[in-house]
Amino acid sequence: MGVALTRAAQWTTAGFGTGKLEITPLNESILQEIIAFVENFSSKHPKESSLVFKEPLQWTTTLEPSRFGSGYEVSKLSVTSVETDKDGRPLLRLSASNIEVLSFSQLSTILRVAQDKKLREVQACLEANRDPVAKILGASYATVDGEDYSVLRLLEKVKQDDDANHDAEFEMKVFLLIQQLDMQLMNNSLKQISQEVRLSPATVKNEVELLESFCGEEQEAVLKSVEYTSDYEFSNGCRAPPWRQVHGEICYLKIKPHDTDTLYVTCSTAGVFLNGGVDEEKEKTDYERKSEVYKDLVNLLKQRSSHFAQNIVSLPLSFSTNDDNYSLKEMSFVLVFGKFHDVLFTLDYVSKISGVWTEEFSESSSESEEDEDQLDRRQESSTDLPSEYWQIQKLVKYLKGGNQTATVIALCSMRDFNLAQETCQLAIRDVGGLEVLINLLDTDEIKCKIGSLKILKEISRNSQIRRAIAGFGGLQMMVNILDSPEKKLKCLAAETIANVAKFRRARRTVRKHGGIKRLVGLLDCVPSDSANLTPEQEKDIEVARCGALALWSCSKSTRNKEAIRKAGGIPLLARLLKSPHENMLIPVVGTLQECASEQSYRTAIQSEKMIEDLVKNLSRDNQELQMHCASAIFKCAEEKETRELVRQFDGLKPLVTLLSMSENKQLLAAATGAIWKCSISLENVAKFQEYKAIDLLVGLLTDQPEEVLVNVVGALGECAQEQSNRAIIRKCGGIQPLVSLLTGTNQALLINVTKAVGACAIDPENMTIIDRMDGLRLLWSLFKNPNPDVQASAAWAICPCIENSKDAGEVVRSFVGGLELIVNLLKSDNKEVLASVCAAIAKIAKDEENLAVITDHGVVAMLAKLTKTTDDKLRRYLAEAIGNCCMWGSNRMSFGETGAVAPLVHYLKSSDTMVHQATSVALFQLSKDANNCITMHENGAVKLLLSLVGSTDEVLQEAAAGCVANIRRLALANEKARYG
Amino acid sequence: MSLPDLQKLVKLGKNFSRKEVKCLMRLFHDLVGEQHERRAVSSLDRGKFMNILHNTFRMTDDMMMGRVFCAFDKDNDGYICLEEWIGGLSVFLRGSLDEKIEFCFNVYDWNGDGSISWGEMFQMLKSSLVKQPTEEDPDEGIKDLVDITLKKMDHDHDGMLSFADFEKSVREEHLLLEAFGSCLPDPKAIIAFEGQTFLNASEI
Repeated sequence: MGVALTRAAQWTTAGFGTGKLEITPLNESILQEIIAFVENFSSKHPKESSLVFKEPLQWTTTLEPSRFGSGYEVSKLSVTSVETDKDGRPLLRLSASNIEVLSFSQLSTILRVAQDKKLREVQACLEANRDPVAKILGASYATVDGEDYSVLRLLEKVKQDDDANHDAEFEMKVFLLIQQLDMQLMNNSLKQISQEVRLSPATVKNEVELLESFCGEEQEAVLKSVEYTSDYEFSNGCRAPPWRQVHGEICYLKIKPHDTDTLYVTCSTAGVFLNGGVDEEKEKTDYERKSEVYKDLVNLLKQRSSHFAQNIVSLPLSFSTNDDNYSLKEMSFVLVFGKFHDVLFTLDYVSKISGVWTEEFSESSSESEEDEDQLDRRQESSTDLPSEYWQIQKLVKYLKGGNQTATVIALCSMRDFNLAQETCQLAIRDVGGLEVLINLLDTDEIKCKIGSLKILKEISRNSQIRRAIAGFGGLQMMVNILDSPEKKLKCLAAETIANVAKFRRARRTVRKHGGIKRLVGLLDCVPSDSANLTPEQEKDIEVARCGALALWSCSKSTRNKEAIRKAGGIPLLARLLKSPHENMLIPVVGTLQECASEQSYRTAIQSEKMIEDLVKNLSRDNQELQMHCASAIFKCAEEKETRELVRQFDGLKPLVTLLSMSENKQLLAAATGAIWKCSISLENVAKFQEYKAIDLLVGLLTDQPEEVLVNVVGALGECAQEQSNRAIIRKCGGIQPLVSLLTGTNQALLINVTKAVGACAIDPENMTIIDRMDGLRLLWSLFKNPNPDVQASAAWAICPCIENSKDAGEVVRSFVGGLELIVNLLKSDNKEVLASVCAAIAKIAKDEENLAVITDHGVVAMLAKLTKTTDDKLRRYLAEAIGNCCMWGSNRMSFGETGAVAPLVHYLKSSDTMVHQATSVALFQLSKDANNCITMHENGAVKLLLSLVGSTDEVLQEAAAGCVANIRRLALANEKARYG
Repeated sequence: MSLPDLQKLVKLGKNFSRKEVKCLMRLFHDLVGEQHERRAVSSLDRGKFMNILHNTFRMTDDMMMGRVFCAFDKDNDGYICLEEWIGGLSVFLRGSLDEKIEFCFNVYDWNGDGSISWGEMFQMLKSSLVKQPTEEDPDEGIKDLVDITLKKMDHDHDGMLSFADFEKSVREEHLLLEAFGSCLPDPKAIIAFEGQTFLNASEI
């Protein structure tokens, strides 16, 4: 009747002896199912129902003897059934509220007479008989953890004595029926759990109604009032306006608690949260989310109103199901179903459900999630379990049933196993040791806590164990321990958190339970470089180190970075950064470099003067530390001031020195990254030149992993902006490897390579090498790359190539379909692609034959279509392209017909002088067509051009003047014709 | 009290300041005063001392309290004299690891033969496991526990724990200091006791 249930009772009480089944909807539905199963058993399976149990099921009943009718000998206090087993024992015996039953048929009779007390009877029966299957079929079928061979044993038994023991066959059938029930129970429970997770209009409505019934002005009431902000309810049950419903929002509430201001709450399918409130005057709602997302209203209110939290406890049971641990309990309830694969399936399912839920929080992580999807692996068979398994099982037994002394001995002995070995780690989990270890954290015994944490710290290096620890609520306990006055305990708890918080959900749990604040608190210790530390101060420093380790793990989540900053972590980290000890510096710098992905941290690292320390530690003889420092600089050097600071503190030289660390690829990647970002400042490029960094960088162009190559090429691209460096790259033999990298597939690398090749191509001598290696064709082929950044970068690189190559026109023509390809890129919706392609077309159009080809491909109409843009960068290159395209056939007229002229005139009002120049040139070309002159005149071009004639830019002057002259000439000719 | 006597006591209670020794002396006399003077030399009897262990230091195990008494009672006369009181508390409250190792070993070594035997361990661990009704031999678990402990701590494999064995094990794993039962006060109790006793230390 449910291996499931008996085990469930254990889960929900976590104690010894008889437990109680908690009254939750899920438990109730499981009980109902069992009732249905037992009631119908005797009618569906008459033969099986008469099978006599190996041991009677015994429990305390509330049934009066008088309820039993025929077939029973009824007296005042006792009942015995007429039916007996082989030995003459009655199949049912009730005396003084103690009842004993020996068959299913009797069980169903009981349920029949119990009528409205069915539920109570089944619950009592299950609570008293933790493993009913063992009693029904014998101890060998007891529910066991792990692989279960009971079915096989039964089969064997049936085979062996088919004639001797007819009962075995019945046993088999009963066993299978029970198994079937188990499966059914589990499936239904899962269904129910999966419904719990997302909110629906109906659940929100119920909750609001429930809350409303407990509202009032009196002090006992949990709230003053709850009301919807809108009275209108859509047919789907939502009250949110349709355009908000698409965000999953259901309705908005105005809740007045007793102790705080009015709360404005949004209920959405992902949960409930505070919104910006309603502006009564303007009747406008601020939909912006202002708080964390809670699972339901009760949870939100518990957090926001202490009055509510206090009074809610005294309310009826319907509320207690909303307890924090609710879903956890329910899930573990399901997790107890006997068989391994079922458990696996369940775990998987549950994690999917909760996965869906957490995704709603859009918690991003700067690092790829380790092992998020790793499947749970278990020992395939129990036959060849290692001896450690049994020894550990025994120790766990002593942990459970021992006093403090025995517990400490068992814990110490457990540490003698090789806890780094996966078999031992999983053995502890599989024999139920994790729960016990975690429960020990909740006791008052410091020694037990220390012993337990020492083990947890070791085994939490295993990702499955990490998940299990988090699943059992271990993180909450450890976070609480951080408040302990015992420093040793704090250290161990923080170190274990550091190990466990390697996956997203765990990091979130730490934050939700106030862990970040406490961990930041641990960082507060005396500066560790001061001499003559007392032993206590040394302990404080160790605590800080462990805190930094935990923060390092936690800092991989964006929200946690924010939480660390808000908890005042940055100045503390800055202070610890002055530590002379490497074991302190590594977690501190690790955290900083993790957080430096956020703008706020980059600014803070600069303002808290941390760059100096980071630079100083670059020169330490510890590669891990050097790596983290370099990555921190890599991320921070996005800021101009930071780049300057790195130079001022002489950080560029150690970075260049790190380039010789060719074996440590991570270090090399970080160092080259830092060099790349630093070289964005030209002053730094000069320094790098002085330190001969370019030679070294070129040396790293071959045989390096992509993450190094991206940075090396990026750095070379920046350095090549400087004329003299282009020659240096050539002399070091850098052009060839750069061009060959154009054939790669890594998008980030391609963007950097094209930029570097483009920069090098400005030098005509470099261009000959690029030409020889067919670099232009390689660049061109990148137009087929789907990534717009690559396309744009390739187009920019092509411009200098065409300009500096001797017979570029011919080469370009030789690319089959090449010109069509580039013209078609004008259909892109990426501004950068458009600007770069216009620039390239401007160069291509200088060759008359090519211009003819692109005209055939409809370049004029496409360019004209783009003229409405307001983006100055695009305007500049677009005007340039139009100007150059005018040189062919009737293109001037076509531009006029497609309406390109008027918008161009308006470009002259732009504030960008580069736009003015290109536009004037284009207008000058266009003004050679009479109709265009008229359009220009109509759009007030003359006045704008006249003012530009006064510019100091000669090209601009000349073009503007030329254009005005053309317009003037047309006017004169017109006058002449009219007045002749 | 004469000065040389005080000097001697201060030397015995080397983890205390002179003022603190005086406080402890005063406490001792207060405690002794409460009991009827049956002996010429004032000293604490077993019952009185065990009461202090129970009420002040929150120890609960009668057997262990008895053993702690024996460890305090250096001359084995069944009474704790002032010297034994000061010397014992010095270790009990503020002992260094070395001192505590010696103290605990003395507590666990019942017959004082310099080693903890299998039997002694069995006696001390006897009540450490909750009896499982399913088990045939309720002592099975205890025997096993003793074997586990021996395996962990008996470095010279002679079937018993010598002082050297014990010391080595505790140095490796501090948790094993009180391996056979709690015989030192917990930190909270120490803080409470010292707070109360040394409150007026500056006045003396």
